[in-house]
Amino acid sequence: MSTTPDSTTDKNPPVDGSQLIRFDNVTKRFGDNVVLDDLCFDVSSGKHVTLIGPSGSGKTTILRLLMTLVEPDSGTVKVSGDYLFHEERNGKLEPAGESHIREVRKNIGMVFQQFNLFPNMKVIRNITEAPVHVLGLSKEEAESRARELLELVGLTEHIDKYPSQLSGGQQQRVAIARALAMRPQILLLDEVTSALDPELVAGVLDLLRDIARTTDITMLCVTHEMNFARDISDDVLMFDAGKIIESGPPEKIFSEPEHERTQQFLNAIL
Amino acid sequence: MMSWEFFREWFLPGIWVTIQVLLYSTVLAAIVAFTVGTLRTSRFWIVRFLAGTYFEIFRGMSALIFMFWMAFAVPLMLGWQFVPLWSGTLALGMTYGAYGSEIVRGALAAVPAAQREAGIALSFTRMQRLRRIEIPQAWPEMIPPFNNLLIELMKGTALVSVIAVADMTFAGNLLRLATNESAPIYTLLLVLYFLLAFILTRLMRMLERRAKAGVGRAPEKKNGILTRKLSGRGESAQASAQTAGGVG
Repeated sequence: MSTTPDSTTDKNPPVDGSQLIRFDNVTKRFGDNVVLDDLCFDVSSGKHVTLIGPSGSGKTTILRLLMTLVEPDSGTVKVSGDYLFHEERNGKLEPAGESHIREVRKNIGMVFQQFNLFPNMKVIRNITEAPVHVLGLSKEEAESRARELLELVGLTEHIDKYPSQLSGGQQQRVAIARALAMRPQILLLDEVTSALDPELVAGVLDLLRDIARTTDITMLCVTHEMNFARDISDDVLMFDAGKIIESGPPEKIFSEPEHERTQQFLNAIL
Repeated sequence: MMSWEFFREWFLPGIWVTIQVLLYSTVLAAIVAFTVGTLRTSRFWIVRFLAGTYFEIFRGMSALIFMFWMAFAVPLMLGWQFVPLWSGTLALGMTYGAYGSEIVRGALAAVPAAQREAGIALSFTRMQRLRRIEIPQAWPEMIPPFNNLLIELMKGTALVSVIAVADMTFAGNLLRLATNESAPIYTLLLVLYFLLAFILTRLMRMLERRAKAGVGRAPEKKNGILTRKLSGRGESAQASAQTAGGVG
């Protein structure tokens, strides 16, 4: 099993080579509000994991932590064997420097609810900017990669437009292409269809299904689209009050949830 | 009356000196504004503190007195002196740069946090984020207030005349002493400063139009009135360009 619920918290769990992401006793507070409560779980390479739960239960914070947009108050996060927020110096764990964090973070890409495309760049540059300036690809290389991705997301004819000239659904496809252009091992999807008009949702979800099926990218997905979650997930994690209260394959979580809180939540949204 | 002789010998070179002082102090002020302005958004409190201190000190300082200090106190303290032109340029650049830093800081703060996060998610360094994402997006917002500041600076260049830099105000004063013709001389000076301000505003308007096109907001083309009326986007950009110009 690729996930470990909180109940089996182990202070020094054995490290399994296939674990791509590992949270150990991670706690995060915003003021008095405990968003993540001594959380432990791991995700194996290539898995698609969906995080569900009521708002404020900590699922988005997991993604933001992995993207280093917020830092944990305590605990450690490991990504493909490296500590994300820490460095080992003389056998001791110390807060990591900027360059270490950036190095580990290169394995991770994220797609945001509000797309967050760069409005000052045309579609093509939105996609090539980071591969050129972060990965050091040549402009030609980056552009051919971008063209392939635009073909994948079906936006080849919009290559020279600015984001403001595109619809929400098109912008989100560009954002997906932009994240994929970095060839991440891990893709974080943060409610990627919540800001879209209803008729545009299906297209974006189909694209993501396609990516999930045809690539070996590990996906962590926060979504309220339960059908989509059922389709793509290997595992579903149910969050409540900063803890994982139940986890398992989607057939089990969606059809016969054990935890009362999970039943309530699913009844409320399905 | 003002002779052609005098005009050629003093006034024309004076106009050129004014333009030089304006040019140099604008470049210096821009460097100061961007450096101090971005440092004021630093993650490190000590950097923010030092940059903020610079801003507070130079905002509160009289450019005129600072110019006197550079021209007359520095030689006594250090035993060497700046060329008067550079005393004036430094004083203007450093004080107006302080004001400019506030424009830069404010415009950077107005860039949505989501843009910073998108930059982090793509592993850009902080410098790369500033240079490729935040400054290009903040830049169009900076231009209208920069236009105001630039015109203030242009008018402020008249101060250098008091430390014996032979700009056009200096030439005017000289001519008044020689001829006592105050009215035509100062009228001419007023008109000249106004013309300079007018040209600067025009240039800044062009810059603003280009900058807005560069962030995908209403790429402005030189269309006829009809086309402009037909496209709502062009119209709104036109309106904002008008406002910016109107302030200057």
